[in-house]
This record gives sequence, structure tokens and C-alpha cells, in this order.
Amino acid sequence: MPPTPTVENITAAKVNNAPILSVRGLKTYFHLSEGLVRAVDGVSFDVRPGRTLGLVGESGCGKSVTARSILGIVDPPGRIEAGEIWLYGATENPTAAPTNLAALPPRSAQMRAIRGKEIALIFQEPMSSFSHYYTVGNQIMEAIQEHSNATRKQAHARAIALLHTVGVPQPERRVDEYPFQLSGGLRQRVMIAMALACDPRILIADEPTTALDVTTQAQILDLLRSLQEQRGLALILITHDMGVIAEMADDVVVMYLGRAVEKGPVDDIFHAPRHPYTQALLRSIPSILAAPRTKLATLGGSIPHPFNRPAGCPFHPRCPEFIAALCDNAVPPVLTEADGREVSCFLHGGRP
Amino acid sequence: MNVLEVTDLRKHFPIRRGFLRRIVGHVRAVDGVTFHIRKGETLALVGESGCGKTTVSRCILRALAPTAGAIRLSIDGSVVDLATLSKRELKRYRRHMQMVFQDPFSSLNPRMGIADIIGEPLLVNGMRSADERRKRVGELLDMVQLPRAYRSRFPHAFSGGQRQRIGIARALALNPSLIVADEPVSALDVSVQAQILNLMLDLQDRLGLTYLFVAHDLSVVKHISDRVAVMYVGRIVEIASTQSLYERPKHPYTEALLSAVPKADPRIRADRVILEREVADPANPPPGCYFHPRCRYAQERCRVEAPQMEEVEPNRWVSCHRAREISLRGVQ
Repeated sequence: MPPTPTVENITAAKVNNAPILSVRGLKTYFHLSEGLVRAVDGVSFDVRPGRTLGLVGESGCGKSVTARSILGIVDPPGRIEAGEIWLYGATENPTAAPTNLAALPPRSAQMRAIRGKEIALIFQEPMSSFSHYYTVGNQIMEAIQEHSNATRKQAHARAIALLHTVGVPQPERRVDEYPFQLSGGLRQRVMIAMALACDPRILIADEPTTALDVTTQAQILDLLRSLQEQRGLALILITHDMGVIAEMADDVVVMYLGRAVEKGPVDDIFHAPRHPYTQALLRSIPSILAAPRTKLATLGGSIPHPFNRPAGCPFHPRCPEFIAALCDNAVPPVLTEADGREVSCFLHGGRP
Repeated sequence: MNVLEVTDLRKHFPIRRGFLRRIVGHVRAVDGVTFHIRKGETLALVGESGCGKTTVSRCILRALAPTAGAIRLSIDGSVVDLATLSKRELKRYRRHMQMVFQDPFSSLNPRMGIADIIGEPLLVNGMRSADERRKRVGELLDMVQLPRAYRSRFPHAFSGGQRQRIGIARALALNPSLIVADEPVSALDVSVQAQILNLMLDLQDRLGLTYLFVAHDLSVVKHISDRVAVMYVGRIVEIASTQSLYERPKHPYTEALLSAVPKADPRIRADRVILEREVADPANPPPGCYFHPRCRYAQERCRVEAPQMEEVEPNRWVSCHRAREISLRGVQ
């Protein structure tokens, strides 16, 4: 038997409604020789402990770059151009003043102390995000020793305890195996163990189940949910799969070409979507509940190339409710409606 | 009329070890698969990675030579067994079965214009006249709803969805008896997926096409198929009409698979069947029913005796000892 995992003794953080991370007007641009790519172009949201925020959108909508901006790991030539990312409190000192992550240099000691310790990331492709040359145990231990004074022996014991927590069978044996010896589902579990190594308060999961089969996906989503309950984790779940969002999220941000077009509680987004993109997207997803051989409503056109970003509202060339001379001229502002939902569309006001 | 009849198809890949590359075992990628496809219908082959669904489709196209079994294709009233033909003999028949690929980026030659990509099968199969080819390519572009003016462009100028349309036009060029589509929409964004699925449904209605649709996404499969075959570790465990398979699955694996699919409605966060452990290794499968180590209905018999395919209801075939006694949950 592995030693009693210390992580399980930690009582779940008190779930309160105060955000622990606030993103305001985030803009991350890539300055390429071919032109400027506005990967993230003004995105705001709050992350709360014990709750799951879903960032959903199709390819190129900027959901992954948003996550990377929070952690300060945007690949050059990308950089944060504007906006603030406030991290409230710290694990050691909950009353500490908030830190603006957007203002910290990515390589600073302060940022390094936050990355992994306060905010951890689970990548999409577990095979390419591990090193092939080290055992999974070694890689988890590295994360533990980076943020604590644990000895190798203590770190090793903790790695086994973590693998046990995430449901890896025979953790004492698996800890000394290499990533290629594990199946996709197990690799993703190890990835989660590594992310949990330093008891982060915020977990960002970037397409955590996209590369997995449905039955394995169900296992991993189940694991994420139970870990969140035990530890009061704030989860940012990034995915293109509306089914996963419906299953997991409390609040949803729908993104299109770098902009948050709509934001609200999950039930409202699915049952009363307000932005034409959300409406069209929901109509066009194949559903297992549909009658066999039924045609889907389609969304015309395709996602524009990032260099050919349409003027005005980025969705206007595909929008069924397009208003000529308005939507193609001006960018709709983000409106906060009476019920607290946010939508960025002229149909809901904000006309110049 | 059956366009395709596959009987007891097997494909075993040898595992070689050591200096002499001796064969030490076999990966039973496909291990006795039997099904048929009627003219004008879509049969979906579903299952998780490694279940052998792609190997089945590649054997049918004879991109792989099957180890055993028969693959009978009806062509203009006569029936040919593709499994036993030599490469040379096969050439005459290849035009009758065409493929739509998964990745629209690597399946089109970047150095060829669209007219050449779509026209190449015509040229290879003896349509020498450039005018005739031009006319046919125009028709095909109309069918897949791409403007004829795009014929001189190259693949890089197209989006993923448009490229998939080009791939479909190429597959249609020779009026094939059977189209094998291996994950044709899984590389596309959701908003584009719907366009391609609708196009495939439309073309089928208009031209009476027959599809073998290989996919892992059960939601996509529901929108396109008439019948569904579920595979697990190289074998079909259940085959039935789409409606009955989704509403009343008869095999525990089908139940788990259906239940695992996230439903796009937050009001039904279903209590799902979560499968324990991992998929069996096709090189070293467990005794008895391959699914028994993960099956919550498994009994002693399942551990020792492999179940056979049985017709439990008209046109419903299930390979499970307990198919008649257990009642399973589907999706409505």
C-alpha cells in the first residue's frame, strides 16, 4: 500500500463566490512577417473556486492562446498587448494583494512560482507533452521539487500517492515506467497527477480528452469532476466539444476569432443562446439524441483565415442576421444584460 | 440487393522478434467479421481506436490483403470475391469502390490543380478526351456544390470543408458501387461537419450511393447511417438498425459506448456507465468474451466461452451470452 496521500487530507477549499482569477480585456497578438494575427482580441471572464468555466469555440478562436496567456507561456512572436489578468491571494497567504499576471515578465521568478504552484495546465496531447527520456515518476518529482524542499525520497513517495489519487492502477510499478509504456488514458491521468503535484488552486485543462476515445473520455471527465469536488479546484476547461461543455461547465464563454461573443451560465447558453453564432453552432452539432438520418442546420461558409479577419464583427460574413452597413463596419461592444449575461452583438444593442 | 457481403473476414498482423525476425505471435486486428451492405444504404462501422474498423475498410478496398474470409462485391449483376483476386486482376474492379479519406489536407496532392485531381480517375480509367473529362469534372463540382470556376485552383486555396468536397467529387467520378468513407468529418470543425454530412446524405438520395461509413463519433453516425455495426477488439459485437441500436442496445459494450457520449444538453448530465480498465490487447485477448473483464453483466460463462453472433430479433445480431436476459439503457 502506498502511504496515505497527504493531498487527500487537505480539506476542500471553501467554495465562495469571489473570483480567484479575473481576466479583463485580454489581447494577445502575434506579429508575423505576413501580418498581424489577433489571436485573442479583448476577452474578459472570472474564475471561481469549485466551479468550472468552459471556454468553447472552433479552431482559431483563441481559446488555447487565452490559456497560454494566463500562464505566460505564449510562444513568440506572440505577446500580450493589452488587458489584465488578476490572480487573487496566494496559497500561503490568502490575503495577499492581487497580482497582475499580464504585467509579470514570463521568465520572472514570480511567474515561475505561480506556474504549476498556483495555476497548472493539462495539455491536449499527453504523448507530446511528456519527455520520452524520463520515467513519469521523474517528471512528476521534478514538478514537486521545483516548488518545495522535498527530498527525492519524499517526492517519490508523493508521486506514487498522486498516481494513486488519479486512479492509476499499481502506482508503485507505473511510477518507474516511461510515457510510451502507458495507454492514452493512463498518460492523461499521469498528466493530471503532474498538474496536481503542487496543489494548484486553478487547473486549466486544454482539450484534455480530445485525443481520447469516448469511454476513456468519460473516465477522465469523471476524475476531473471528483478532484474538483475534493479540492475545490477552479477549473478552466477548454474544448471545441459542446457535449463536454454541457456535461462539465458551470459557466461558459463562447469564442469566435479571438472574441468572446457570449458568456453566461451553462443552462442559459444551451437553452436560450443569444448570439447568432452560439445559436447556429448549437443547431449544427450532430446529436446522439437526433432521429436517424436527419439533416443538420448548417452554418454557411467556414472560419476565415487569421490574416483575412473580416472588418467589423468577425462573424458577420457567416451571420444569418447580418445587418448591412452596421455589422461590417463596427465591432459590437460587449453588453452586460440585466440578468448578468454578456453578449457582443448589435441585435442586443450597442449600435453606434 | 446486397452491394457488399463480407464473410468471416480476418486480418492478422505478425509480430516479429529477435535477430531472425521469427514470428512470435499475431495481432488479430480483424478476427472474424461478417456483415453486408444493401444498395443505397449506409452502414456505419463504429468502435474505439484499435478495434479494427479501419483495417476492415482497408481490407475491403484491398489496400491490405486479408488473412482469410470473403469480400463479395456485386458489380452490374455479377459478384466478385475481392479477397482472393491478385493485384493485377483487382485493377479491373478498383473503379467500383472508392474512398473518402479522413484528412482533407494530406489526401489531395498539393501540386495538382482541382480539375486534375478530380479528373485523374477518369483519365486512368480510359476517358482520353480532355473535353469529356472537362465536362464530367464540371458536373462533379456542381454535385459537391463548388463553383466551376474553382477548377484551376490548387488545394492550398481551399478550407478543410471545401477540400473534403473535392475528395468526395473525386470518389464520385467513376460512379462507384461502394464508397468507403473513413472518418470523413472528424478532422473538420463542427460548423463545417454539418455541411459535409448533409452533402453526403443529399448525394446518396440523388444518386443512390452506398456508403460504408467508418467513424468513432456516435453522434455523427446517428445522422448518416441506416444500420450500425459496433466493433470491439477485432469483432463485431452488435449490428442493428440505427434507431433500435441507439434506443435499445443489446450488447453491454454498446450501452457503455452510448452512455459515454457527452450529450449537448446540461439538463441531462446522465449517470453514466463508466467502463473500468482498458481495452483488451488484440495480440493477447482474454479468454471467453473479449469484453468480459470490463463488463458489469459478466458471468462465469462469459469468462470461458466466446459468444457467437446470434439473431436475437429480426435483423438484430448480437454476440453476447446474456443478450436475451439483460435489459440495457439506450439514448432516446
